[in-house]
Amino acid sequence: MKQEVQLMKGNEAIAHAAIRYGVDGYFGYPITPQSEVLETLEALMPWETTGMVVLQAESEVASINMVYGGASTGKAVMTSSSSPGISLMQEGLSYIAAGELPALIVNVMRGGPGLGTIQPSQSDYFQATKGGGHGDYHYIVLAPSTVQEMADFVALGFDLAFKYRTPAMLLADGIVGQMMEKVVLPEQRPRRTDEQIARECPWAVTGRPEGRGPNVLTTLELDSARMEVNNHRYQATYRKIEENEVRYQEYFTDDAEYLFVAFGSIARICLKAIEDARQRGIKVGLLRPITLWPFPTKEIARLAQQVKGIMVVELNAGQMIEDVRLAVEGRVPVHHYGRMGGIVPNPQEVMDSLFANFPDADK
Amino acid sequence: MKKEIIIAGFGGQGVLSMGKILASAGLYDGLEVTWMPSYGPEQRGGTANVTVVLSDTPISSPVLDSYDTAVILNQQSLDKFEQKVKPGGVLIYDPYGIHHAPTRTDISIYPVEAMEATIALKNAKIYNMILLGALLKLNPVVDIDAVMTGLKKALPERHHHLLPANREAIMRGMELV
Repeated sequence: MKQEVQLMKGNEAIAHAAIRYGVDGYFGYPITPQSEVLETLEALMPWETTGMVVLQAESEVASINMVYGGASTGKAVMTSSSSPGISLMQEGLSYIAAGELPALIVNVMRGGPGLGTIQPSQSDYFQATKGGGHGDYHYIVLAPSTVQEMADFVALGFDLAFKYRTPAMLLADGIVGQMMEKVVLPEQRPRRTDEQIARECPWAVTGRPEGRGPNVLTTLELDSARMEVNNHRYQATYRKIEENEVRYQEYFTDDAEYLFVAFGSIARICLKAIEDARQRGIKVGLLRPITLWPFPTKEIARLAQQVKGIMVVELNAGQMIEDVRLAVEGRVPVHHYGRMGGIVPNPQEVMDSLFANFPDADK
Repeated sequence: MKKEIIIAGFGGQGVLSMGKILASAGLYDGLEVTWMPSYGPEQRGGTANVTVVLSDTPISSPVLDSYDTAVILNQQSLDKFEQKVKPGGVLIYDPYGIHHAPTRTDISIYPVEAMEATIALKNAKIYNMILLGALLKLNPVVDIDAVMTGLKKALPERHHHLLPANREAIMRGMELV
């Protein structure tokens, strides 16, 4: 079957991909720069075709708790928001992680802190990868850099979320949310039937059928010894995810003497800088983490044995650089270039930052 | 082939739409395309711009520091982007409302009286299409039929009677250069 290539925004691609994945419910509240997710879903009216529920909740707190409830029944449910809205969801996210429930959360980041700006940012890296809410937990964080990945990571996020019974976050920024480029949407899949859910999610709270006791999902455990057992179980899942689900992409690293590490759309700006630098014979490469948690620690450690220096470029004051430094363990210097508040650097500025920190690179 | 284009003017002049039509046409011509808008509060006034890249190879960055071609519709945008046109590049601008004309000598500069032509055609809504015509004349990155296909796909059927006016505006822009 011939696949149709379409031109659309990253946010629109998420909405289309959600319907085509067979998502059961979307609960959200509008906020720039991701409002097109909800707007597109409302325009496409999937409740009339696949039966998907699309609901504009009264707040982000309500949205995430609707996700919590929907996920408890084994349904594929999601929400999307931008930075300040995601902050409001942190309590619910901690509960969903503790309840070991699959769900997809989309954060199209804007500049903060506070209400901040509506322009692109990556300043929620810490919040996304280190837990964000209370308690010891992680969830899978996928960082798309193209509109195609915005579409593809909806399915990937849900598949991983159900595989490990954990929330997954699609952590994008205003650039990849608002830009348009070519995308090939996945095939339409049917929503899962109740029988499938009963088979694939035996933990789901779906009423008590004959032959088993009631399923109970709770995050409260007053017996500390049992709560520690729960924590050990969460941690065991996280170790398994770290072992199996690290994703990244390397560009021009074979002979690289200097390395950029960047995620999301900023990786593309670095790549453009690298293309220009390569024409001048400067051997510089790029590692783009696709999963921010789990982080490609081993791969960066390997490249640290090869390169003379590493430049981390982010739309923040220096967040992912901490994970890069932990991976590098002091083998080579690691420097940071970051813009904040919604300012996006251009390829020239990115290259200049490499030369400013590593003058030998400009030879 | 790779063309890096900036279109900049006031919000409401059709800057983003013009970019979108160009990007759609690129898509129908089988090119790789990116369309990156400034998405601030521009629709409430102020300047708006969009970066469109058309290429026959994969496109790395949708955000650029210099451009092959700039289409400039107001003074603020001219001040901001004249210096960002690559040497040997093309700058198209509408002299309407411009009080400091561009001065560079290492690029090709084309004033296009699009506002006057719009007034003559008595249809304010085709302003951006006149400029698109000028752009396509100087930079035949996509073919006019691909533009019309893109427009036809983008417009709901109830607006299809406007297609001939758009085609006419593109042709007028081509003549103006």
